Amino acid sequence: MNADVILDVRGLRKFFPIRKGLLRRVVGNVRAVDRVSFFIRRGETLALVGESGCGKTTVSRCILRALTPTEGSVLFHHDGQTVDLAKLRRRALRPLRRHMQMVFQDPYASLNPRMVVGDIIGEPLLINGMRDRTERRARVQELMELVHLPASVMNRFPHAFSGGQRQRIGIARALALNPSLVVADEPVSALDVSVQAQILNLMLDLQDRLGLTYLFVAHDLSVVKHVSNRVAVMYVGRIVEVAETETLYASPLHPYTEALLSAAPAPVPGAVSSRIILEREIADPANPPPGCAFHPRCRYATARCREETPELAEIAPGRHVACLRAAELSLRGIGKAPAA
Amino acid sequence: MAEPLLSVRGLRTHFETPEGTIRAVDDLDFDVFEGRTLGVVGESGCGKSVAARSVLGIVEKPGRVVGGRILLRTHAGDTLDLAALPQDSAAYRAIRGPEIALVFQEPMASFSQYYTIGNQITEAIRLHLRLSRSAARARAIELLDMVGVPQPSRRIDEYPFQLSGGLRQRVMIAMALACDPRILIADEPTTALDVTTQAQILDLLRELQAKRGLAIILITHDMGVIAEMAHDVAVMYLGRAVETGPVADIFAAPAHPYTRALLRSIPTVLAKPRTHLPTIAGSIPMPSARPAGCAFSPRCSEVLGDVCRQTEPPAIGEGARSVRCFLHGGAP
Repeated sequence: MNADVILDVRGLRKFFPIRKGLLRRVVGNVRAVDRVSFFIRRGETLALVGESGCGKTTVSRCILRALTPTEGSVLFHHDGQTVDLAKLRRRALRPLRRHMQMVFQDPYASLNPRMVVGDIIGEPLLINGMRDRTERRARVQELMELVHLPASVMNRFPHAFSGGQRQRIGIARALALNPSLVVADEPVSALDVSVQAQILNLMLDLQDRLGLTYLFVAHDLSVVKHVSNRVAVMYVGRIVEVAETETLYASPLHPYTEALLSAAPAPVPGAVSSRIILEREIADPANPPPGCAFHPRCRYATARCREETPELAEIAPGRHVACLRAAELSLRGIGKAPAA
Repeated sequence: MAEPLLSVRGLRTHFETPEGTIRAVDDLDFDVFEGRTLGVVGESGCGKSVAARSVLGIVEKPGRVVGGRILLRTHAGDTLDLAALPQDSAAYRAIRGPEIALVFQEPMASFSQYYTIGNQITEAIRLHLRLSRSAARARAIELLDMVGVPQPSRRIDEYPFQLSGGLRQRVMIAMALACDPRILIADEPTTALDVTTQAQILDLLRELQAKRGLAIILITHDMGVIAEMAHDVAVMYLGRAVETGPVADIFAAPAHPYTRALLRSIPTVLAKPRTHLPTIAGSIPMPSARPAGCAFSPRCSEVLGDVCRQTEPPAIGEGARSVRCFLHGGAP
């Protein structure tokens, strides 16, 4: 594997047992994440995209070990060493946590309303041993400057801030310990359009300045286009396609990616005519259909798709897809293909 | 153009709070026509939902419609000023459902969890149309079928939690259409849904409009949805429509600096990867701290000076197009 890879996820699985009856016997499993593999290069943004229930948030929580994976490994390369986050004990994880931080979706729910901004941002510093008050205050100021918050608001409570400012506070807190990997789960989906743009720009700037690596979890393909280097598309617990952003949008290889792209409303009046409308509903991860989980909604499905489960395979350099017909289909994308 | 079904003029809905009066909707004008969709777009706090609630007479306390007219042309052909009706009057109840109906954003929160969907739809039907129990049930099944609920005669006996988000929104639309209204207000009808489900619901709304000549007021924050669905657009900012016009004009030649900035700042699937977006400076003020003059002036990059900061710009316009900005005249 490449030396510049920071995170390498292999065969990740997370099942949640379904219990029934008086004895709470396990009668089945919700296969929230099923054999997911991908890697992230140092300094890049990998976007994990999919609709609700596809398992994208579960993947991110397994990486940060907010959840313990059922199976598979999460290799984190740090300081010339490689650790498998999936297998470490909680205590062994603690010193590593500072290198991986999280930015949450809802800036209204993720900040303690009883703490002032300075303490919210400074808390991770305190927990990690920066006991000196003045030293901490200086670092908090530096962080606030980094996210363009005036230092004068350090002693105010979160309720005094707008959604965008709260998200800046959340980002400052995530950056307090100089992490190398930041997992951002829908960081702008709760924000207004005009504020969303500010936060996306800030995230791009911070990445350049601090050399951060982002795992950007989102459902909105237009937001993803603006921030990511590569995109992984998930459907019912599995990754169906991974590619460079421009390539994935211009020439998708998986029928689900194609449908997702065509469903995204573009701010251009009269652009709807050629849309692919997917029939039916997203499959149930507790009871996924046999074969390819997407086949009941896929307009290209054949008898083989109902029986055989496609594996994610690299069919061209940097292009991974899990579709039995990927080689023969020619799917429609958005925008121009990248210059060769 | 034909006469509007609904014509709102100078609507003011204010909330009296201990901290002072919040002018959630302040001097709002718009028209809604048969078979057309008016898209009302704006960010949080712009008053778009309060405007919709004002039209339906369901403004929550301490809010109150304090001025303006809401002129509705009814089935019977009369013109009624809804702003003059008390919200809880029988006359207003006769409007909600048969004349104007509402589809909410969150289908899960808008149903009772303790009754089957059939129960809830037939209740609305029997209340307004005086049908027998079995006739109302037949009508409900017919409605569910019309909005594309599969196996409607089985689904009708299910509870809301048994349905997916997309199906719940279809049932919500069926319920709204139960009494055959001419105007449908859809308040962020697809915001809680996934994109592929959103596409299904938007398609359904378009289809129903084509079949029944529905006038739709579509309230959303999403310019993509507006571009796709609306014939006419009202862009709102802090309680007023800063710009109105036909959708193609608004997108091709936005006149108000807010509309221009908003359109520029939208992320799109057509963008080059990893590019910065143009932004609007600052953030939306709290409705209680509405700036004097043009409410957008503190964030406006084209501000003309004191005139913008001190005087509220009047609506300037010709035909269907109107804009509230001194860049286009109207300065005192």
